[in-house]
Amino acid sequence: MDKKTHSPLFHIAKRSALPWYVTWGIRGTALLLALVACGVVTSLVTGENPFQIYAAIFKGSFGTPRKFWVLLQNIAMLLCVSLAVTPAFRMRCWNLGGEGQALIGGLASAACMILLGRAGLPNWLVILCMIVSSVAAGAIWAGIPAFFRARFNTNETLFTLMMNYVATQLVAFFCVVWESPKGSGTIGIINQNSQIGWFPTIGGQKYLLNVLIVALVCVGMYIYLNYSKHGYEIAVVGESERTARYVGIKVDRVIIRTMLLSGALCGLAGLLLVGSTNHTLTTTIVDGRGFTAVMVSWLAQFNPIWMILTSFLLVFLGRGAGEIATNFGLNQSFGDILTGIILFFIIGSEFFIRYQIRFVKASEKEEAKHV
Amino acid sequence: MDNKTPAVKMRNITKRFGPVVANDKVWLDIYRGEILALLGENGSGKTTLMNMLSGIYFPDEGEISIDGRPVVIRSPKDAFDLGIGMIHQHFKLVDVLTAAENIVLGLPGKLDLKKAAARIREICSAYGFEVNPEQKIYDMSVSQKQTVEIVKVLYRGADILILDEPTAVLTPQETDKLFAVLRNMRDDGKAIVIITHKMHEVEDLSDRVAILRHGQFIGDMPTAKTNAQEMTNMMVGHAVELNINRPEPKDPKPRIVVKNLTVRSIDGILKLDDVSFTANSGEILGIAGISGCGQKELLESIAGLQPVEGGSIEYIEDDGTPEQLLGKDPLSIQQMGVSLSFVPEDRLGMGLVGNMDLSDNMMLRSFRRGRSLFTDRKSPRKLAETVVHDLDVVTPGISTPVRRLSGGNVQKVLVGREIASAPTVLLTAYAVRGLDINSSYTIYDLINKQKESGVAVIYVGEDLDVLLELADRILVLCGGKVSGIVPGRGAKKRDVGLMMTQLGGKTNG
Repeated sequence: MDKKTHSPLFHIAKRSALPWYVTWGIRGTALLLALVACGVVTSLVTGENPFQIYAAIFKGSFGTPRKFWVLLQNIAMLLCVSLAVTPAFRMRCWNLGGEGQALIGGLASAACMILLGRAGLPNWLVILCMIVSSVAAGAIWAGIPAFFRARFNTNETLFTLMMNYVATQLVAFFCVVWESPKGSGTIGIINQNSQIGWFPTIGGQKYLLNVLIVALVCVGMYIYLNYSKHGYEIAVVGESERTARYVGIKVDRVIIRTMLLSGALCGLAGLLLVGSTNHTLTTTIVDGRGFTAVMVSWLAQFNPIWMILTSFLLVFLGRGAGEIATNFGLNQSFGDILTGIILFFIIGSEFFIRYQIRFVKASEKEEAKHV
Repeated sequence: MDNKTPAVKMRNITKRFGPVVANDKVWLDIYRGEILALLGENGSGKTTLMNMLSGIYFPDEGEISIDGRPVVIRSPKDAFDLGIGMIHQHFKLVDVLTAAENIVLGLPGKLDLKKAAARIREICSAYGFEVNPEQKIYDMSVSQKQTVEIVKVLYRGADILILDEPTAVLTPQETDKLFAVLRNMRDDGKAIVIITHKMHEVEDLSDRVAILRHGQFIGDMPTAKTNAQEMTNMMVGHAVELNINRPEPKDPKPRIVVKNLTVRSIDGILKLDDVSFTANSGEILGIAGISGCGQKELLESIAGLQPVEGGSIEYIEDDGTPEQLLGKDPLSIQQMGVSLSFVPEDRLGMGLVGNMDLSDNMMLRSFRRGRSLFTDRKSPRKLAETVVHDLDVVTPGISTPVRRLSGGNVQKVLVGREIASAPTVLLTAYAVRGLDINSSYTIYDLINKQKESGVAVIYVGEDLDVLLELADRILVLCGGKVSGIVPGRGAKKRDVGLMMTQLGGKTNG
């Protein structure tokens, strides 16, 4: 018989929509498999007991109340930037400038703290100015690329990306202008004695305020995207600009409005980082969150509530990686390897949610041969 | 013919997509030297069946044999090796390459464009094609692109050709040319399968018809021994009335008055040149013309989507006051209180959002209603349910994304939404393109009902037979100019056809 009559061993077919418990089952299985793979890699490469490594990862986030609060704070900040870029992403407008928009927001609030603090304004007025100026600064930073995109159809991905570098350089410049002590090239803690412009701590917990604000933003964003008229317009523009024009949506206006919102929320993240958490400003204060946010948002399929989960996952893994590095004298890179393995499995699981692999049964193959 | 071995024998072919059975134990024989028309309503599994033959899908069950030899077709390459070539509805060509480059693309061996061009010319002269191997694809008309696709599969040595709705994009003249070529190929001993919805093409071209319904094989027979009515009944599963109703217009009054409308495309090409006409209430104004003669620009100008160079478009209120529509966008037209509905040509790219579900698509027209910041989700859902129920939309539910529906059902959703706003003007572009007979007649009925309730309908159509049966008056466009306006009753197909190709339709003789 001809060689060509061999049936393929399997073929890939698209699935119809699965019920939610099956999709989460697949994702859970992927996470378990990822942990097993991490265990194997760990014992092979380092000779350490994988369970101790897992315990260390867990301790990195939950070991002490302080570590737990740091975890919450980091989730809150990452989530804030992720929530900020999400409306733009839903519109298929790839705002990769979260980093710069947050940084410029931080710069604005630091400027208020330093300049208005020196001028002797009352604390509440300084804080009010910080809020307004940082949100406005973030919005402007996103508004510039949005205007060019809407008016001249420039590529927003490149434009927003470039704006990050401008923001970084601006901050670097002002770090020298406002350096303290002289010659250090850094700003140091701003208004350490007067604490002007420092956000109040509530319940004795330094980070609680941030967490609460971001939680509010998260719920608000979920409602805005899913139930408001603006949210609906964003979805339509994202799916098809022609359809949007056909029903009379002003596409340019929606693009600019949404990007302004996106930038404003990034500015808010910068405000919280400077005014509430660090009380200083450095070029690395946003710490790559503008880019990690892209992953958080995509992994959660642009759903603000799921983004709590995905940002937890990324922060948890990151903290764990740091903990392994210190506990076992391993390089920080080893933690990153484990993070990579876990993300690989999680992203890979989406394939099995969308497609199924069908194996051709042996008996069928026999039949096919005999016809 | 009866004792020949079939070129292709398909037995018990089953293909499932999730819970949907697209093909259910289908039998099909394809013979050489014969043109087989594969008939069936939308979603009856014709394209799926042919995709399995050309290696795009792999059957879940069943056997295929070529010339009596069982084969397994795993990929389009396997299909090519077996001499099977498919010409898809959507062309798969690289725009910036020439015809010859596209044809040899992906073939093994040394690249010798001169030799390829010579062979292409050889194939063209053998069957009567007209292709310039050096011409770039982006310079070609739709029909030329299709010719390149056909030559591509012939160049690769295919002798079993499958054409998926090849005439949907062609003018009557181009269709005639294509059919002549197909007949030549048949006489050369090739096996040809053509998927189509147009009955007169089936009767005109094919030697045999095979009919699918809901994924099942219903039967096949020589074309000569059957007729349009019988084939339609077999496709649909029950007797269908093939006449279009045309009630007399009641109390027609001018509703849309277009004067000296001139439109240029972004590239500066004149698309509409000094077009003037009046559309009356309670009347269907048909627009005929070869595709690309300004139909799209005409409708989009009225709907406020097309920048206009000059002229005027007036909407006449019930009390006779004219209102200028020119220079207004769809939103301001709506805010003026003009209820204008538009069923555009590009259903999923313009009229609907493919990834949204039925109820969210209903909301496209109504989401602005009310002062609230939030959208009202209840009434669109109700509307979606009404449309699904009244128009017999086949869908798993109103939360299914519309792109998952078949073409006819997508169109029902779109038309259903557009007429739900009780329009006074209804613009439709190619309302039944790609739709099967049953869905087409549903759409004709809906349009007629709108007309009877006093709506001014402007109906852009491609099927002249239908236009002649449906429209009260027919405006013929030719190269962006009005070639003439004729009453629908009593107009001759030949005269309208002439007007489509020549201004005024005057012949030299």
